[in-house]
Amino acid sequence: MNTPISWLKVYVPDLDVELQDYVDAITLSGSHVESWERKDKNLEKIVVGKIEKIERHPDADKLIICQVDIGAETPIQIVTGAPNLKEGDLVPTVLDGGRVAGGHDGGPLPESGIKIKKGKLRGVESAGMMCAIEELGSSRELYPEAPENGVYVFPEDSGVKPGEDAVGALGLHDAVVEYEITSNRVDCFSMIGMAREAAATFGLPFHPPVVPDTSKGGEVEQYASVEVEAADLCPRYCARVVKNLKIGPSPKWMRERLAAQGIRSINNLVDITNYVMEEYGQPMHAFDLDTVADHKIVVKRAKDGDTFITLDGQERNLDSDVLMICDGEKEIGIAGIMGGENSMVTDKITNLLFEAACFDGTNIRLSSKRIGLRTDASSKFEKGLDPNLALEAVNRACQLVEELGCGEVVDGVIDIYPNPVMPWELPFEPEKMNRLLGMNIPEAQMLEYFDRLGLTYQKETNQLIIPTYRQDLHCMADLAEEVARLYGYDKLPSTLPCGEATVGKKSFEMLVEDVVREVCENNGFSGSMNYSFESPKVYDKLLIPEDSELRNAIVIANPLGEDFSIMRTISLNGMVTSLATNYNRRNKEARLYEIGNIYLPKALPLTELPEERKMLTLGMYGDSDFFTMKGVLEELFQRLGLAGAFTYDPQGGYSFLHPGRQAAIRQGDMVIGYLGQLHPEVVDNYDMKGEAYVAVIDLPKLAELATFDRRYEGIARFPASTRDLSMVMDKNIFVGQVEAVIRKHGGKLLESCQLFDVYEGEQIGKDKKSVAYTMTFRAKDRNLEANEVNAIMEKMIEGLKKLGIELRS
Amino acid sequence: MMKEKLQAIREDAIAKIEAAKDLEALNEIKVSILGKKGDLTQVLKGMKDVSPEDRPKVGQLVNDTRSAIEERLENVKRDIARKLREEKMKNEVIDVTLPGRMQMKGHRHPNQIALEELERVFIGMGYEIVEGPEIEYDHYNFELLNIPANHPAKDEQDTFYITKDILLRTQTSPVQARVMETGRMPIRILAPGRVFRSDEVDATHSPSFHQVEGLVVDKNITFADLKGTLEQFAREFFGPDTKVKLRPHHFPFTEPSAEVDVSCFKCGGKGCRMCKGSGWIEILGCGMVHPNVLRDCGIDPEEYSGFAFGIGLERVALLKYEIDDMRLLYENDMRFLKQF
Repeated sequence: MNTPISWLKVYVPDLDVELQDYVDAITLSGSHVESWERKDKNLEKIVVGKIEKIERHPDADKLIICQVDIGAETPIQIVTGAPNLKEGDLVPTVLDGGRVAGGHDGGPLPESGIKIKKGKLRGVESAGMMCAIEELGSSRELYPEAPENGVYVFPEDSGVKPGEDAVGALGLHDAVVEYEITSNRVDCFSMIGMAREAAATFGLPFHPPVVPDTSKGGEVEQYASVEVEAADLCPRYCARVVKNLKIGPSPKWMRERLAAQGIRSINNLVDITNYVMEEYGQPMHAFDLDTVADHKIVVKRAKDGDTFITLDGQERNLDSDVLMICDGEKEIGIAGIMGGENSMVTDKITNLLFEAACFDGTNIRLSSKRIGLRTDASSKFEKGLDPNLALEAVNRACQLVEELGCGEVVDGVIDIYPNPVMPWELPFEPEKMNRLLGMNIPEAQMLEYFDRLGLTYQKETNQLIIPTYRQDLHCMADLAEEVARLYGYDKLPSTLPCGEATVGKKSFEMLVEDVVREVCENNGFSGSMNYSFESPKVYDKLLIPEDSELRNAIVIANPLGEDFSIMRTISLNGMVTSLATNYNRRNKEARLYEIGNIYLPKALPLTELPEERKMLTLGMYGDSDFFTMKGVLEELFQRLGLAGAFTYDPQGGYSFLHPGRQAAIRQGDMVIGYLGQLHPEVVDNYDMKGEAYVAVIDLPKLAELATFDRRYEGIARFPASTRDLSMVMDKNIFVGQVEAVIRKHGGKLLESCQLFDVYEGEQIGKDKKSVAYTMTFRAKDRNLEANEVNAIMEKMIEGLKKLGIELRS
Repeated sequence: MMKEKLQAIREDAIAKIEAAKDLEALNEIKVSILGKKGDLTQVLKGMKDVSPEDRPKVGQLVNDTRSAIEERLENVKRDIARKLREEKMKNEVIDVTLPGRMQMKGHRHPNQIALEELERVFIGMGYEIVEGPEIEYDHYNFELLNIPANHPAKDEQDTFYITKDILLRTQTSPVQARVMETGRMPIRILAPGRVFRSDEVDATHSPSFHQVEGLVVDKNITFADLKGTLEQFAREFFGPDTKVKLRPHHFPFTEPSAEVDVSCFKCGGKGCRMCKGSGWIEILGCGMVHPNVLRDCGIDPEEYSGFAFGIGLERVALLKYEIDDMRLLYENDMRFLKQF
């Protein structure tokens, strides 16, 4: 929403504040100013000049020398190339040292304008410049009387005199303010609404237009009739008739106000509808009554499959939810959106039907979306207009028709308004409002604010009468906001909630996440973020089998595109994509982790919310291998009180991992995650090369097992006894199996077993490897005897032999 | 006789000690005088020839001589040791301007850093951190928040739908409704999380971003409490001199509502590129929980009141770290992440 300050002053004549003060105050009272523009920016020392004498330039064919009366004792001499000047013309003249907004070509305006200095043109002194409208920062669009090429000449009837302020004479001492109006304040999408806000903000008198009521009685029904079939979509339809139209230009004041609002003047009729739409926020439509079949308007739904050509020449597809304006025979306009090509008003119009209606906002919004056509009118209707505005607006239009001598208004109005909206009442509850706000604003002051806003107070009943244009006021809290915003949010006190103390905290799962982050970062992994939605193609990229449950993903009905169309069921794609991004940007090394959800439907299509599981995903390439990754996980498990709690099962069967370099991480039957090297084909699918490693951990499962409880177990007081064991075994025996035997036989006395060597080589033999452990035995309560340890070692060695493991000498 | 002898030993010893060049020489001197066969020990052996009544006196004399020599020995030894140490240190000079060695550490995501800062401030004020589902019912995302079917706000938020009733939440506000529904009072929560809106990806938009929602419901909670809370938060988060400005605004689920600007934390309010010259930066929306919302969640608005606020986490992170393109947050380029 934009308003020129000058137009607001029509209704708030006492509004006389600095622009910055206006902007600050109106923002603080609720109409957020997004931007503003001074029309007289960079226009300095520009006066009305009268050309007294024109001579030819002695050395240039295209230049003339003018003597210009600027209201001073002697005229000044100005050389110009403008072709449109004659003696006696009154023109805007910028004096030596002044400034204009831009060049005469109407290009983009330089930030600080163009400075004008005295100088010589082809040897002849020139003491200033006569300005084209473009040099004043405006255009022929808004000043149609300006010449296409040349200096602006004031019209003869303008009454300006030499020496006067030319910027003021052009109405350019003005500013246009742009607001961000919130969707609840439909009334503020109009000049009157904003003027009311301005008046209320500054506590100034508000003078809305005074419109004599010519709608009563009359013979309008002899000229036209209206029938509303779809009353649910059209709460009100007002029509008035104007005879004997005289199409011509609008008066200067109307052209100027429209120009200030950036609307080009067309003719008096079009200008009036535009003017009323800006003034009241009520779109109007004009029909050529003589082309309306049977002089009858019918408001009804279109039929499914209908097409209709709007006045922009486009064919539109309709359906039975689109509301149409029809005449006695055919459709002539899409209600509230755009008229039809078949009923376009031409200059030959003599009799006119003005439509000012109220259409259902939601219907207009949805229709306009479906049809793909949003217009000034539809954007107003879709907010849901006050139906009481329609009659006011059409009467105002008729008043202007008469004022402008544009035609003869037929008395009376056709007004189809079966369920009139009446002002409603809300109790005046100053105490409650003060309690909600934490304030102590006196009752009288509150009432004064309501008065400014047009709410009247009935003392006898203690009720506030809410005018229908304030559709947003329905409860005490709404009224409290009105009080607060006029009092000033900036003047509200600052307090802190009192009452029962509460404990600030994070859940246990969040504390586990904190540890996860810390461990990841300590190991060189950086936090990353990926989208929750991805392409269904990722399953193929990750070599996930056709029949895998992972492919049962939730599909977004209206995605941004296929690439963002399913909710991820596996967190790897984002991670591998990020690794690939780094790889392809030639980052030598990358280590990333992500904590984020996957979304697992219980059934498809969804009938209830899916399971959202938070997954920790790690990914890396560069100077690292499987055991780097495993080390990170082991550190994490240790930090969560889960050292040694999991086994690493090489038979996880993860299709996207290297078949010989992967492990499911399990505790009994429960798998809490996996790690491994990415399958080379997957690496290839993501346009990477080399080895990359990933790990995925189900955080809810991990959190369920995790504990921060620790118990001091004492520091060993008795000496330990250590033994080394060096073994040769088949290559395909996992050290995990070896360790299981060692631990089984080691029992409580085995304090630790430490792998210190794994070797494969010719000395050992083909398909063999040697593995060596150091074992530490200790008893908590005594010195261990050598033969106790020896007995254990013997059993252990026997157990190992059963696996086909031999001792190395 | 004895006295002169001791005097001679003493002078001789001290002269030798003074002349010693290193610790070995010193040690030799020590042995030659104080050792078993040393000069002074020899004198002690001659004590038997001293008359018993003189013995204490002579003994005293011997001890004096001994401690004088020992003291001198110690002093000289310390001096020599010091010299040696200094000599050694001269050879150990390093170039302190060489770069330090750092462990390779990972970096926290800027969004996460901003979130943890926020959480720290509000946990300190007694807020519990809670989470809610990202795939949500229309009921919680809209209906309970005073946004009925066909409300224009539903369009404004351009929602991703899964089915007619299930959607990707467009805001963290549904967590409010879920917490209020439990009926446990008082409520002081902070609900961070991922939200979704169908905006195409560009430098300032992302179809997925994060909000942090705050909610307080109790008896006698006032708009002034909201203002005071946000001021406290802003000073903690942006710096002690931060000023806060509330501007009236509209949200369907709060009344009165406000948008909140903080004085620009780059220029302190003088006006700069970051605040587009205004001196203020918009950071959040807030308001008093709408009585309809309280009522629909089973809370009596006559008895309880509350306030809520919502912060765009990415917005705060982008501003705080002067990141000029939102896409960087989701690209996970190590060269970007390393800077935090």
